[in-house]
Amino acid sequence: MSRQRLALTVNGERVETLFAPYKTLLEVLREDLALTGTKHGCELGECGACTVLLDGAPALSCLVLAVECEGRSVETIEGLARGRELHPLQAAFADFGGSQCGYCTPGVIMAAKALLETNPQPTREQIKEATAGNLCRCTGYQQIVDAIEDAARRLREEAR
Amino acid sequence: MKRPLDIIGKPRRRIDGRAKATGQVRYADDLAMPRMLFTKLLRSPHPHAIVESIDASKAKKHPGVHLVLTGQDFPIPFGIMPVSVDEYPLARERVRYVGDPVAAVIAVDEQTAVHALDLIEVRYKVLKPIEDPQAGLQNPEPRIHDYGEQGNIHRNQSYEFGKVDEALAKADLVVEDLFFYEGNTHLPMEQQASLAFIDADGRLQVSSSTQNPHYLHRQLARALQVPEHQIRVVATPNGGGFGGKCDPGGHEFVVAKAALVLGRPVKIGLTREEVFYVHRGRHPVLMKMKTGVTKDGKLAGMHLQTLLDGGGYGSHGPASTFYTGVLTPVTYHYPRFKFDACRVFTNKPACGPKRGHGTPQPRFGQEVQLDKIAVKLGMDPAELRLKNVTKADALTASWLKIGSNGLADCIEKVTQMSGWKQRRGKLGRGRGLGLACSTYMCGAGVAIYWNKMPHSGVQILLDRSGSVIVYCGATEIGQGSDDVLAAIVAETLGVDIATVRVVTGDTGIAPVDLGSYSSRVTIMMGNAAVQAAERLRVQIAAVVSETLGTLPDRVVFSQGRVFAADNSGPGMSFVEAVHAAEAELGTLSAVGSYSPPKPPGKYKGAGVGPSPAYSFSACVVEAEVDERTGWIHVPKIWIAHDIGRAINPTLAKGQVIGGVYMGLGEALMEEQTFRRLPQKLSGAFVHRAPSMLDYKSLTSLDMPEVEVSLIEDPDPNCPYGAKEVGQGPLLPVMPAVANAIFDAVGVRVDEIPITPDKVLRALHAKDKRVGPTSFPTVPYPAPTFVLPPWEDGDGKETKRDAKTAVV
Repeated sequence: MSRQRLALTVNGERVETLFAPYKTLLEVLREDLALTGTKHGCELGECGACTVLLDGAPALSCLVLAVECEGRSVETIEGLARGRELHPLQAAFADFGGSQCGYCTPGVIMAAKALLETNPQPTREQIKEATAGNLCRCTGYQQIVDAIEDAARRLREEAR
Repeated sequence: MKRPLDIIGKPRRRIDGRAKATGQVRYADDLAMPRMLFTKLLRSPHPHAIVESIDASKAKKHPGVHLVLTGQDFPIPFGIMPVSVDEYPLARERVRYVGDPVAAVIAVDEQTAVHALDLIEVRYKVLKPIEDPQAGLQNPEPRIHDYGEQGNIHRNQSYEFGKVDEALAKADLVVEDLFFYEGNTHLPMEQQASLAFIDADGRLQVSSSTQNPHYLHRQLARALQVPEHQIRVVATPNGGGFGGKCDPGGHEFVVAKAALVLGRPVKIGLTREEVFYVHRGRHPVLMKMKTGVTKDGKLAGMHLQTLLDGGGYGSHGPASTFYTGVLTPVTYHYPRFKFDACRVFTNKPACGPKRGHGTPQPRFGQEVQLDKIAVKLGMDPAELRLKNVTKADALTASWLKIGSNGLADCIEKVTQMSGWKQRRGKLGRGRGLGLACSTYMCGAGVAIYWNKMPHSGVQILLDRSGSVIVYCGATEIGQGSDDVLAAIVAETLGVDIATVRVVTGDTGIAPVDLGSYSSRVTIMMGNAAVQAAERLRVQIAAVVSETLGTLPDRVVFSQGRVFAADNSGPGMSFVEAVHAAEAELGTLSAVGSYSPPKPPGKYKGAGVGPSPAYSFSACVVEAEVDERTGWIHVPKIWIAHDIGRAINPTLAKGQVIGGVYMGLGEALMEEQTFRRLPQKLSGAFVHRAPSMLDYKSLTSLDMPEVEVSLIEDPDPNCPYGAKEVGQGPLLPVMPAVANAIFDAVGVRVDEIPITPDKVLRALHAKDKRVGPTSFPTVPYPAPTFVLPPWEDGDGKETKRDAKTAVV
């Protein structure tokens, strides 16, 4: 299949690539741009492992065709840290046991980032609602919610 | 020298926490290499068929295809258990379940491989499929395998510890119940993936999402006829295992073979659908349980019968069969105990080890039946359990040696946390509390293949930079084994955990550890790590004690310092001590290894069940049941887990909550069920749900708050006293849910999962029960008879009437 040119912004940087047009955004990120932090888990949009931010909103990259992403902005887990310093969500996931096997972590963190950008002080129930599309088979979610709550607190302190 | 602990027992960021939060962990499917080729497998559409011919000529000619493999390329079978080597990487004459792989295409990309699969022509002769164990017992022909006990029975066994019929005859109350536990699957977030290549030295490397790289290494050597020293298996960090990545998978042999043939890197990533076919999950088990009890609530004996639906291959089945019986008498003292267990081959994906391996099913029955007994005796279910709990250092009727035992403490704690005494039975119609307990082993006492070598080895290298490099074959599957290893070494050497680097899961450069199964890693790897680190401490202390003005055994290692126990001098930094020791002794390194103690049972079969230690758990579930719809809501769960000691409480609590989560999913919704296609479409058994669309698990919104208490009574057989936490806390959840539903609305659902339709049916049933109503005639063998320790037994098999038993 002949390849097609795609230009988009990934983690704040303009990127151009040639890709097979049947590919999903997830496949282009992982296979053509070597950004393997975003995971695939079900191929059906059920598990949330592939969650990225597309123009700032959470999107399941396994259900988005890359051809739809021309000129758009994508944020992935690789773009979250501030230089060497972890984003407060990342630090909180590490500190509170939010990751066990870690496979769902990038997707949950991206979903949580979108939540905290619109709601800096969510309740535990709101956190659960915002991440209900992200399956985790290890943690039972409790420490994920703890981590997001703590990250929200850290981010509010930063904003002060 | 004893000193307060610096690291162990303090909540802490796990050592791989940063990598996981940044997406930097490289799981198997994240690996890529130049010139890499991709693999796709052709799978059987029939549950049971003879493969008459395979014509791959068109696929081989398809542009972009480099290789097509079929069963003819794999003449040697594999199997995780030496008694059950019955599987080929690609099926040869016979396919045994829908999804059994029959051919593989290796091509330039996945798309090309998928297209080429369509060009392979397979001629099948369809055979009558065996749908479940009952059908397997009724239909010895066609045989799914030409080995096993007889017909379609794979394993069949019976053990009797003391005369159970006598004990039951003397009991004041005998209850008999039937239970059924439906199969379910692990559903790890990461689908299996493997990358095989020939390294620069010409040797085969397989990087794979496996829990057991050592066993995979041995099986690759066997099936591919490659010398073991020419193979390196790297277990990539697993994106969840739960037992699903314990068996070697056909796909791993396929990519390895393709790499050997082509000399190029060859990769495979299974789709979610394929992960459902690989399965090796929870066995569906039908159970009959007959228990005698005195009127004051003392258990007199139990006769347990189980019937397992094994699926199409052996997998861990011989062990699974044992596990539906052997751990039953570890929680409560049964003066006499008998169990019969039978595993039948069926034309479905093979069942195997899932978290709790074979024990959640009988534990469910046992704990629900105890609840029923408590009602009959008019006793508090917690009191009944406390009356019968086993003691520390006790032997069971079946000759299992229990070490530390915190079960009574767990029951006391969880009833106190949940307000059991004040709240049970008083929450009003529709709301209730249920209690259940469990135990799990801390590592299987015997390796999967017979050998006298250690179960785990650790090597530590001290670098003059201050780095501590630790090598061990153990596999990080998310449970935190790398963190446990680093913490134990750092604690023992008294150094900052940030100076420790672990190299694990690599059979090419690390000492053997048998793998991440049977909750063995913390205990076995941990004991090996303590031994290695203590040996280094001895080496260093011998060199620096004179400078420190003390005796070698009075040298303390703590917080990056080395000093005299009485604090008499300034001491030195750990790095200075390493420099002094290296100057005198040369490069500093030590190894440690661990073998479990010999089990006290001497009868044939006594090797399954023994463990260096057992963890214990008690759980209270609160349930709300809507009597109009049968809907079950669980607002809160309390659990106490006897862990011996928590190495890292953040991780330990996470394991407990995660276990509760998985148990609650099994209790309420998870089931791997099958349906029959219409006859015109082959009449085959196919998955009801080989996808996440249909196989439902709990989301964050479904998950109740879990309150955890860790009971810490260090076990002398375990490193720093730490017992397992990965599997045990799942086990009491399912029966606690069932018992809470009974407390809420007075119905018994004697099967798992407990879904709203079953609750409704039970509410409308005359006997307020839903569950199995019959148990088939199973040709169990005459039991191996062993006298319990308290009846002058010696742990060996004896004739049933050789001695007069004392009751």
